[in-house]
Amino acid sequence: MFGAINPAVLIASLMVASVPIMLAALGELVVEKSGVLNLGVEGMMIIGAICGFITAVTTGSPLLGFAGGAAGGAALALIFAVLTQSLLANQVATGLALTLFGLGLSSLMGQGYNGIKPPLTAAVPFGPLRDIPGLGRILFSHDWVVYFSILIIAATWYVLKYTRTGLIIRAVGENHDAAHALGYKVNRIRLACILFGGAMAGMGGAYISLIRVPQWTDGITAGAGWIALAIVVFASWKPWRVLIGAYLFGGITVLQLNLQAAGSSIPVEYLSMSPYLITILVLVIMSSGKGRTLNAPAALGQNFHATR
Amino acid sequence: MLKRTLLATAALGLGLAFAGAASAQDALKACWVYVGPIGDGGWTFQHDQGRLDVIKAFGDKVDASTYQENVPEGADAERVLTQMALGGCKIIFTTSFGYMDPTNAVAAKFPDVKFEHATGYKRDSANVSTYNARFYEGRAVTGTIAGRMTKSNKIGYIGSFPIPEVIQGINASFIHAKKVNPNVTMSVVWAYTWFDPAKEADAAKALIEQGVDVILQHTDSTAPLAEAAKTPGVIGFGQASDMAEYKPSPRVSAIIDNWGPYYVERVGALLDGTYEQKDTWAGIGGGEVKIGDITEAVPAEVKAEAEALAASIGDGSYHPFTGPLNKQDGSAWLAEGEKADDGTLAGMNFYVEGIEGDIPQ
Repeated sequence: MFGAINPAVLIASLMVASVPIMLAALGELVVEKSGVLNLGVEGMMIIGAICGFITAVTTGSPLLGFAGGAAGGAALALIFAVLTQSLLANQVATGLALTLFGLGLSSLMGQGYNGIKPPLTAAVPFGPLRDIPGLGRILFSHDWVVYFSILIIAATWYVLKYTRTGLIIRAVGENHDAAHALGYKVNRIRLACILFGGAMAGMGGAYISLIRVPQWTDGITAGAGWIALAIVVFASWKPWRVLIGAYLFGGITVLQLNLQAAGSSIPVEYLSMSPYLITILVLVIMSSGKGRTLNAPAALGQNFHATR
Repeated sequence: MLKRTLLATAALGLGLAFAGAASAQDALKACWVYVGPIGDGGWTFQHDQGRLDVIKAFGDKVDASTYQENVPEGADAERVLTQMALGGCKIIFTTSFGYMDPTNAVAAKFPDVKFEHATGYKRDSANVSTYNARFYEGRAVTGTIAGRMTKSNKIGYIGSFPIPEVIQGINASFIHAKKVNPNVTMSVVWAYTWFDPAKEADAAKALIEQGVDVILQHTDSTAPLAEAAKTPGVIGFGQASDMAEYKPSPRVSAIIDNWGPYYVERVGALLDGTYEQKDTWAGIGGGEVKIGDITEAVPAEVKAEAEALAASIGDGSYHPFTGPLNKQDGSAWLAEGEKADDGTLAGMNFYVEGIEGDIPQ
């Protein structure tokens, strides 16, 4: 029924396929933890993809490319931050506009970059470790961004849970009036979180244009930003669950293509819809049941204006 | 207060900038509707090349500067078409299968405007013509190269949607790969998209992990070639466009859609008054399908064989679907020497014998 699929190869490729949505979802998680709902993830990702691509092609360094991608994503996020935090625009509408703007702007910036190959990012050299059967392929055969994405999940989890900074971010997201009364600069903290979210989304986008697809074409992110938004809810705003959600979604996407290629007897239609179906299914299971709340930050999506 | 004034000024400035676009003079206005971005490097890019050919051929006599990218197939297309017809377009080319019903609906309302629909079959009003290319002729050639080049005897095919045009391609590729290499098997992966680089790359990756070393694609981006480039020994073909940036390997040849001559002919006919409604389905012979340069990664004798096949299809002496051929279930389709008729091809919904798996219904 499943044909011949090598599990080690499958796990290795699902880790790669999940990186963009994982980075973007993690960034959005921090943004939402601070009480801001930025629906412009798709826009920031694609701006990151083109900025990263242009930087990498111009400088010849993939590393600088990722920095460029992060900067591009953060720059677009800054527009969102100015509109929502200082001009108090509606967050949902601004976020959607940000996506549309990002798609158009990336297409404009990408003129003349079609058909160019970016410098390649090599796998981290682990030497003999790579040749361990099974495990070597899964753990030691990736580029640095794969390891970076896992490290940043761990770092975010630590910061949010155990540090004063994390406590302040959560306070701002749960009750901005109380945080303000305690003397925290609510809008500035949110601005920093929004910029972080933009940088992560930009890096995720750059991963698509520099490593996963290596090339630039219009609309290259093809909806990955929306999946990232869903994963944040799926993860109930917890960093490690973002990792699980991204691996689950990436894993099923890769698995369904592998099943098709291996000649599985499951009809293609079911395989194609399975990633989305399972995402919905898990969301339903997570949000139902006794004593379980979705754990959304209480001030999510509400603008704050210091009146006192 | 200052903020508000600033915003109002900015909005005014934007409005003026858009209003400044000049309208054209007396030239015949030809317009295009695209399903993807011109920057896709494939399908839409080639249609736009055709538009540029029209500009080159007629200069001031034709205004071919109007086009719209990324038009969704469906109700939005109808709006765009109406807008174009009202905006003075005299001939409108709609370049994707899904524009079929919107094109016919709008055409009925504007009898003085000519509509040209690519890859469709409905011509409800006298002002609707259809045109298509026999891509399967090119598939026969790339299938031959694939059969000769594969070392694992496994060929992969990334399909977009299970429609007759794609199934023709799968069958033509497989028949000709099998003809030169009886041990060949083919895996088909349906991507359910015309354009999604990340998904196309993943599909190519999945195929390569299954041992496939020749990838044929029926999706529009160059992502499968980029993926193939990561694994030495894996080859692929340019789709719709030459995709020359992946020469000499993994891109060893290409099927190129060449719409320019048709566009020039139709716009020219409208200019000199000889325009008539028609249904065009040309292939290698008519110049609408071209085989891209076969690179040095292919041995000389294989290259010669492929070129000879393309030539024999071009001059009409050989048809890619010539019997004896059976359907997948073993029932007879074409007898010895019999050639498939266009009606069967246009509605093709079955695999030929030897391909495994089912077509999604």
